[in-house]
Amino acid sequence: MISVVVLIVLLPFAAAVAGLLGSRWPRGGSRTKENDRAAARRAAWFAIAPITAALLLTLWLASWSARALPRGSASYPGAEFWAGLLPGSTEGTLTMVETGSVPISFTLRADGLSILIGVLVVVVALAVQVYSVGYMRDDPRHPSYSAFISLFTSAMLLVVYAGDLIVLYAGWEIMGLCSYLLIGHWWEDRANSRAAVKAFLVTRLGDVGFLFGIFTLGFAAGSFRIDDVLSADIPRGTLITATMLLLAGVAGKSAQVPLQTWLPDAMAGPTPISALIHAATMVAAGIFIVARLYPAFLGAQPTLDVLAVVAAIGMLGAALAALAQDDLKRVLAYSTISQLAYMAAGLAAGSDKAAIFHLLTHGAFKALLFLGAGAVIHHVGSNLMTHMGGLRTSVPITFAAMTVGFAALMGLPPASGFFSKDAVIAAIEHSHSPAQPFLYGAALLTVGVTGAYAMRAWLRTFFGPARVEALPEPPPGTAHVFDGREAPRSMLWPIGVLAVPALLLGFAGVTEVDWGSALVSLIVALLGAGVVYAFWRGAPHQDPARMLGPFRTACERAFYVDEAYRAVFARPVLRLARGVVRTDGQVVDGAVRGAGRLTMSLSGFVRLAQKGNAQLYVTGLLAGLLLITVAAVVLG
Amino acid sequence: MHIVYPVVVSALLFSIGVYGVLARRNAILVLMSVELMLNAVNLNLVAFDVWLRDRLHGGQVLTLFVIVIAAAEIGLGLAIVLAVYRNRQSIDVDRLRDLSETGASGEAGPPEEPVGVGEDADREARP
Amino acid sequence: MTFEAPGFWPPSGPEVVFLLLGLVAVGSALLVVTTRQLVHAALWLVLCFGALAGGYLVLTAEFVAWVQVLIYVGAIVVLLLFGIMLTRAPIGRSADLDSGNRWAAVLVALATAGVLVSVVVAGFGTAYAPLEPGQGAAKPLGSSIFRTWVLPFEALSVLLLAALIGAIVLSRTDIRGRE
Repeated sequence: MISVVVLIVLLPFAAAVAGLLGSRWPRGGSRTKENDRAAARRAAWFAIAPITAALLLTLWLASWSARALPRGSASYPGAEFWAGLLPGSTEGTLTMVETGSVPISFTLRADGLSILIGVLVVVVALAVQVYSVGYMRDDPRHPSYSAFISLFTSAMLLVVYAGDLIVLYAGWEIMGLCSYLLIGHWWEDRANSRAAVKAFLVTRLGDVGFLFGIFTLGFAAGSFRIDDVLSADIPRGTLITATMLLLAGVAGKSAQVPLQTWLPDAMAGPTPISALIHAATMVAAGIFIVARLYPAFLGAQPTLDVLAVVAAIGMLGAALAALAQDDLKRVLAYSTISQLAYMAAGLAAGSDKAAIFHLLTHGAFKALLFLGAGAVIHHVGSNLMTHMGGLRTSVPITFAAMTVGFAALMGLPPASGFFSKDAVIAAIEHSHSPAQPFLYGAALLTVGVTGAYAMRAWLRTFFGPARVEALPEPPPGTAHVFDGREAPRSMLWPIGVLAVPALLLGFAGVTEVDWGSALVSLIVALLGAGVVYAFWRGAPHQDPARMLGPFRTACERAFYVDEAYRAVFARPVLRLARGVVRTDGQVVDGAVRGAGRLTMSLSGFVRLAQKGNAQLYVTGLLAGLLLITVAAVVLG
Repeated sequence: MHIVYPVVVSALLFSIGVYGVLARRNAILVLMSVELMLNAVNLNLVAFDVWLRDRLHGGQVLTLFVIVIAAAEIGLGLAIVLAVYRNRQSIDVDRLRDLSETGASGEAGPPEEPVGVGEDADREARP
Repeated sequence: MTFEAPGFWPPSGPEVVFLLLGLVAVGSALLVVTTRQLVHAALWLVLCFGALAGGYLVLTAEFVAWVQVLIYVGAIVVLLLFGIMLTRAPIGRSADLDSGNRWAAVLVALATAGVLVSVVVAGFGTAYAPLEPGQGAAKPLGSSIFRTWVLPFEALSVLLLAALIGAIVLSRTDIRGRE
């Protein structure tokens, strides 16, 4: 059975290799229009066929797992959700790498949790690949783009199915690399490559902590295998240290406070990338890791408390920032941060089940929202909601799908978000964490703000007067010029398909709904939405974000975190770097140059003897000869 | 006869020749000093020939050879000195400074000098 | 070499004569390298060579002595005088016959003298050779040259020829180099 898992991981990898090497080979190397189109077509096949195969294999694996073992054989309390749904698990070790101290086992494992996330990853990846065929039409770099998506998918699946922390870390880093490459896909625009570098550096900052967390866990447990680590008897202090370090990586990857600043800038990448990497999968990897190592986190309560505080700040702050953005994708980006904070809050409240549930539904509806936003942007030719409005008639399918997505985001029944968010809030309500009141208050407030910003985005995009105008030339980084039509079918199909789980996935958790808290959060969400609607109704031309008043600019700039980081970290580092350059140029090089100059002047001094006077030379010759003779006589 | 007498005289003559070669400016005087050194060697050869009673008279025969070679050397040397004189109107050894780096110390000779030396070299190189 | 060496004092008659001649030779050689007049230097050179020829005579190398007088005094010094005249050297005193590194030259020369004298005194201080007249006469020397040393002799003749041609080529101005 493990060979199926290996195949699932390797298929997208093979797709990446084939897409990178094979799209323009053996013919079509030159950059003509026909060649580009043929290469794009071939790359699309290379990308989509293996993913489809992987999806089928994953579904088969899931059905095998569902029938494999008697239900309820959970490995630890709280894991009933996926352990109940998909109890079967398999594990296989390919090889052991002896490192001298703690061996690295190249282990893959598939259990309920990883199969669930695996299904999500493969479904979203497939949807995005299909969508990209339409979205990236006429982009000459489509082959490398789709190959990177395949590589990313493979890495994410490696993370999901990893049975060993080092293997997991390898996939984790490849994901970061692909994220960097894809954010900078339109690298001709300096801002895009800057955003890519920023994302790379910020996540790398967290990854350092993550790696050391892995080392701490691994050395304390004597093995990097996840099962060994979880069953090992690790002292509490070590556990707290390790989980805190892991938390750094989680915050980096999942864009949590204080490393959240890269995600909004990462929207510079193509919209499908935002849907896949920066909404549904990669940013959820941080949550996944915590869930995967949840017993270790349960043993370290202070870490969970820190996570709670981080989540509380992140969810509310990001939601407020989303409320003030004008760029549709940035709204969704801040919304992603906020929703990821929800999942983190669920974890901190002690319910990994709720967190993973929300992860799954969020993956579905946020991918849907991004793909829909991509279709809208494709249609309008601009990212800014100021340029949108009244689109519900011109793009009816997108409108319907995105309505489902926004409903799920707001947590309106019967969309999936209602059930999962309710699960999270119920978990927070019943937790015994010392940060519980703070967390609960933040969560409820966020529900309201979420309702507000989702309502605002929905209204500003699809209602009101049409403000669509043909832009003369789109800047790189946005999409295509306005063509006045609904998006091509290759883009609509994924949107339509994703709308189904976004709408219905929640019913998987319908039996466990805490109706009391659900009602409270629903009312709060409707309240937020209602306020926005009232403001919008008063003046449809104006942005409802004006209700924030003087607070608006702060929200729009995301509370000046970027500026603060620039002042506190970036500028001193730059100053330091400049100082180092100056030191290098003047002190180090100066020493070298000075040595050269000193030698030259000394040689000038010696040159005085080399005046061309042969007599002087003979004098020196004879004197030297005499000295040698005397020395030979005396010393010999 | 104590051999040490001629040998010491020869050593003194040789040293005087060394001084002359090193200190004299005029090329002809330098040639004279070279002759002094050669004579010192001759005296040595004769003295050792007498002391060793060489049946082949190697020392004295070699002395004769050295005298011959000295004659040839002085002929050639004077020819070179004359050629230099024709080119430079001077035979002061310490003014023939084409060995020095040109332009480096500012003490190199006038710019037309290398041309003259080139002609010299040509002439010397030709058999 | 097998003779019992007599003491340094009193010196024998030939030794006294040789020492006096050597004194003359060294003194005139010093004058050669210190005089301020070019022509005088050549003339002092004649004296030096003559004294050396006398020394050869005392050392029983009579043939060498005559050759010395003939070639050195008769030919070489004359040649040098011609050279002096052809280069239009000033006749009379000239102040700048010594170059700048005179003191270095003095130092090197003194050191050379010190080294050489100390070496030869240490090495041959006790060597003694009785003088036998007729050893360096023309006959034994001639037979030696034309029997044992005939090959170097012939080689020397070729050398002389080469020097002759070279001197002619160097001193003629109407022979140009190949363009």
